[in-house]
Amino acid sequence: MIRYGLTLKITYKFDRPSGAGRQLLRVRPQSIPGVQLVNSCRLTTQPKAIELRSFTDFFGTTVDEVVLPAGLDDLVIEMRAEVIRRGKEAAAADLSTHRDQLAVDLAALHDLGPQSPHHFLFPTEQIPPVPAIAAYAAKAVEGTQTVRQAVQALGEALHNDLSFDAKATTVDTPIIESFEKRHGVCQDFSQIMISGLRSLGIPAAYVSGFLRTLPPPGKPRLQGADAMHAWVRAWCGVEQGWIEYDPTNSCFVTTDHVVIGYGRDYADAAPVTGMLRINGTQRTGHSVDIIEL
Amino acid sequence: MANHGLGQYRPLPGVKDEMMTNEGAIRPLWKRLMTRLESLSADDMARDIARADQYLMNSGVFYRQYGDGQSLERPWPLSHIPVLIEEAEWAKLSEGLMQRADLLEKLMADFYGPNDLVQSGRLPTSLIAGNSEWQRPMVGVQPRSGHYLHFIAFELGRGPNGQWWVLSDRTQAPSGAGFALENRVATSRMYADIYSAENVHRLAGFFGGFRDALMALRQDRNGRVAVMTPGPLNETYYEQAYIARYLGVSLVQGEDLAVSGGQLMMRTVSGLRPVEVLWRRLDSNYADPLELDHKSRIGTPGMVSALRAGSLTMVNALGSGLLETRALMAFLPSLAKDLLGERLAIPNIATWWCGDAAARQAVLNAPGRMVLNPALASGLPFDPATPHVNAGNMPPEELARLLAELGPTLVAQEAVTLSTTPTLIDGAIVPRPMALRVFLARTPMGWQVMPGGYARIGATPDPAAIAMQRGGSAADVWVVSPRKVSDVTLVAPASQPLRRAEPGALPSRSAENLFWLGRYVERSEGVLRLLRAYNIRLAETGNAESPLLRALTPLFEWHGIDPSKGIPNGLLVNLDAAIGSAGRVRDRFSPDAWSALTDLDKTARRMATRVTPGDDAARALSKLLRKLAGISGLMHENMYRFMGWRFMTIGRLHERATGMAQTLSILTQPDAPDGLLDLAIEVGDSTLTHRRRFTVTTSRETVLDLLALDPLNPRSIRHQIDQLREQVDRLPAANTQGDLSPLARAVLRIYADLAVSEPRDLTPERLTDLRNRIASLSTNLSEAYLQ
Repeated sequence: MIRYGLTLKITYKFDRPSGAGRQLLRVRPQSIPGVQLVNSCRLTTQPKAIELRSFTDFFGTTVDEVVLPAGLDDLVIEMRAEVIRRGKEAAAADLSTHRDQLAVDLAALHDLGPQSPHHFLFPTEQIPPVPAIAAYAAKAVEGTQTVRQAVQALGEALHNDLSFDAKATTVDTPIIESFEKRHGVCQDFSQIMISGLRSLGIPAAYVSGFLRTLPPPGKPRLQGADAMHAWVRAWCGVEQGWIEYDPTNSCFVTTDHVVIGYGRDYADAAPVTGMLRINGTQRTGHSVDIIEL
Repeated sequence: MANHGLGQYRPLPGVKDEMMTNEGAIRPLWKRLMTRLESLSADDMARDIARADQYLMNSGVFYRQYGDGQSLERPWPLSHIPVLIEEAEWAKLSEGLMQRADLLEKLMADFYGPNDLVQSGRLPTSLIAGNSEWQRPMVGVQPRSGHYLHFIAFELGRGPNGQWWVLSDRTQAPSGAGFALENRVATSRMYADIYSAENVHRLAGFFGGFRDALMALRQDRNGRVAVMTPGPLNETYYEQAYIARYLGVSLVQGEDLAVSGGQLMMRTVSGLRPVEVLWRRLDSNYADPLELDHKSRIGTPGMVSALRAGSLTMVNALGSGLLETRALMAFLPSLAKDLLGERLAIPNIATWWCGDAAARQAVLNAPGRMVLNPALASGLPFDPATPHVNAGNMPPEELARLLAELGPTLVAQEAVTLSTTPTLIDGAIVPRPMALRVFLARTPMGWQVMPGGYARIGATPDPAAIAMQRGGSAADVWVVSPRKVSDVTLVAPASQPLRRAEPGALPSRSAENLFWLGRYVERSEGVLRLLRAYNIRLAETGNAESPLLRALTPLFEWHGIDPSKGIPNGLLVNLDAAIGSAGRVRDRFSPDAWSALTDLDKTARRMATRVTPGDDAARALSKLLRKLAGISGLMHENMYRFMGWRFMTIGRLHERATGMAQTLSILTQPDAPDGLLDLAIEVGDSTLTHRRRFTVTTSRETVLDLLALDPLNPRSIRHQIDQLREQVDRLPAANTQGDLSPLARAVLRIYADLAVSEPRDLTPERLTDLRNRIASLSTNLSEAYLQ
């Protein structure tokens, strides 16, 4: 169990005064029973928002709905939170279903609630079926028996074959392009892996969150730090349920990962939705600080 | 008695015909109509058909057809023989459809509520979870009105044994009700005598009832009701504009709306005004780019938020398209028993969801009768855009493999044979397949069914040819009563005395389009006059390089016109822009002016291909000018004198003032060649006045006095500014207790300046300055009213 102090700061500078309008922010860590507990969380904007209210979206993520005044030169969005994160026994026994049995488990599950795996089987705008990825995934999981083994095998294969390149892609780069060029950031790694898992019939979700900055002594520094992070959640049958895997760092998630929310793809969980994302005449940056309290 | 082939008319083998029994006898219901038709001479029939078509053309009824990468406006394809249905049969149909509507409402409440149907295993999970019409952001959002569905339609067909079947549920944003009204007007004109004798149920009461129901959904008397359109490029935009006009509510696009403080607002020339009830004619996905389809450019950011806040009633609730999912039909019979405790009074076509083993076996047992579609398809049956295969055409092994592999993604439906109804093809009466579209509206007294109005008719005996994109047509449907019907049926007549409704606030986008429409039409006229003056002189001298004609070059350049062509492209561009602006305000624009405008454009385009500069062009341009004068008359004389008309008029005055200032700054240069001043007067359409007012020859001073400063000359700059002052003063917030708006102040300054000027003060430099000052009025206007 670790207690974190978490600060996220997103800054925008506009070349022309901007009518920033209405945005949706998905940046708050989420309380997950037994895994994550949010003690406090505060979101502010500078300048002050005209309207600020929050709601919980379908998948359980807290969304801040913000209306900003027109004529902005600068904008700062800041989120501060204190979170207790419990370690999930990542190395524990593999309780996952045999791959051949997964469809049976799924068929027996009549559920449309937010945690239901059924939402995460179907193609979306950003994660369409890609035959090349499906073929790659089929090869990567050859010889695996359980769903968990398949998840790990595909994640490790992607980690080995794809290079991390923060400049190579944008949030709009299609997964087929980053897969063909074998590079990308955590978002590309995750969405490619999700596409592969779904092609194998394994329900897979996109996870948006934070990754701890400072590595514990003696451990290698994790890539994707100092930024918001993304990884994958896969459903392994009724008994095991969901597990989370980070393909950028080829590991099951640990106490270093803090979850914001889940979605079918990036669009469902994007930190910022609205004009700020598509306005061309702006410079933007963000920084994340995670300190152990 | 054998003028139109009725003697040869025979039902197709194995198919029920609406008009004729299998034994070849005309059904009693149809006797009068068919006898009348058959007795007409070919000429009389042609005349009657022309009367109906003329009505549709004059009203500008069209739909949009796509193909070859183009989209074209097509005249509305009316089938000229109505479909007749007995009142008693219709009443039974109506009752059955109301039951189905109640069932669908219950399904909506479950899909966007507890999801018991999936949870209990009564519906397969994938039909909902994998469905792009299941709008997750709407789950848990209670509709403010207490109901999800308010206006829906059913597509019906009749089988060989006379049984009616539901072919499709249209719950997203069904179109056609407005076309039904137009079908009715056109058809009743064609059969004026029979229509009044036949006791046909009227349609108006249905619309009146629905309008009252929409108004009753408001909680605040000042709240607005609006129809939301995807925009002028939509297939049925005409109908959306027509319905809005008919119901007397605003037609809005996504950009006309904004959400503020949890309330949906309309941007109007008087500022933001609340909208409480929105009848959407666009698919749910597009309604909100923030929470639904992020790529939508035709929605309103925050729409879902307003619904969550409970300040808006959406007709129908976002996500209602889910009910159109074809595979759901497989489950409706059992769900009806479950949820209503009743059998479906009108069955839907037999449907099997192939994720179920027994269903796959049923398909394999009788593939010859089965059509396979994607399980989540939502298009109409026979929609050419929905992929389908006839199971019977596949080798059995291949069919078995397909079902085993892709079963859950497939739905099988029994191939339907539709009944036929008489239609006129090339002057002969022949049987063609028919599907009915029946509309239901929710009112405080429950569902109301529109009594008739709309049937789709195939172009060939093949039922697939029923799609309008494939040449199908639409017929009026007459529900015929044995008794006399009142003029307004089904719904109690309004008992309140007639009140003149307060004109609603004008949406800013409509104001902007009307302003530009006024400008483009005026600019076209200016260009026409200038071109005509040029070509008349060219015809006289044959020399395009004469000093007089060369002096016009800067003016042509300013207009973006190349006068070496008889009908220059720049003129056509202007006319297109005018049509574009008019097309975006069809709900406010006179249908007569619209057809006159499109006619002018067609004529100009035809002329452009063959008219040569000189005399030929001068004549052609005169003809275009006369047509344009007619349009201006229709636009300005036939429009209700409220805000919309005001913006169009301001556009015209503004354009005329700028154009005249520019013309004078160039044509009254001190070193102007001989004849240029006379040309200026001609372009200003003031030759006679000049002759009457000034006995002396034309001089710089007389021209400037008449065309710039004379308040009585309707072409002068001064006259435009006087009129502008009057119109601008009546705009919202123009004058707040003596405090003038920036626009009103700018107009007043120009006015004062002109009022004290003498002709000799108006040097070309001052005229240019004047032009710039007038031109910048549009910035003031735009900032205050058009954003």
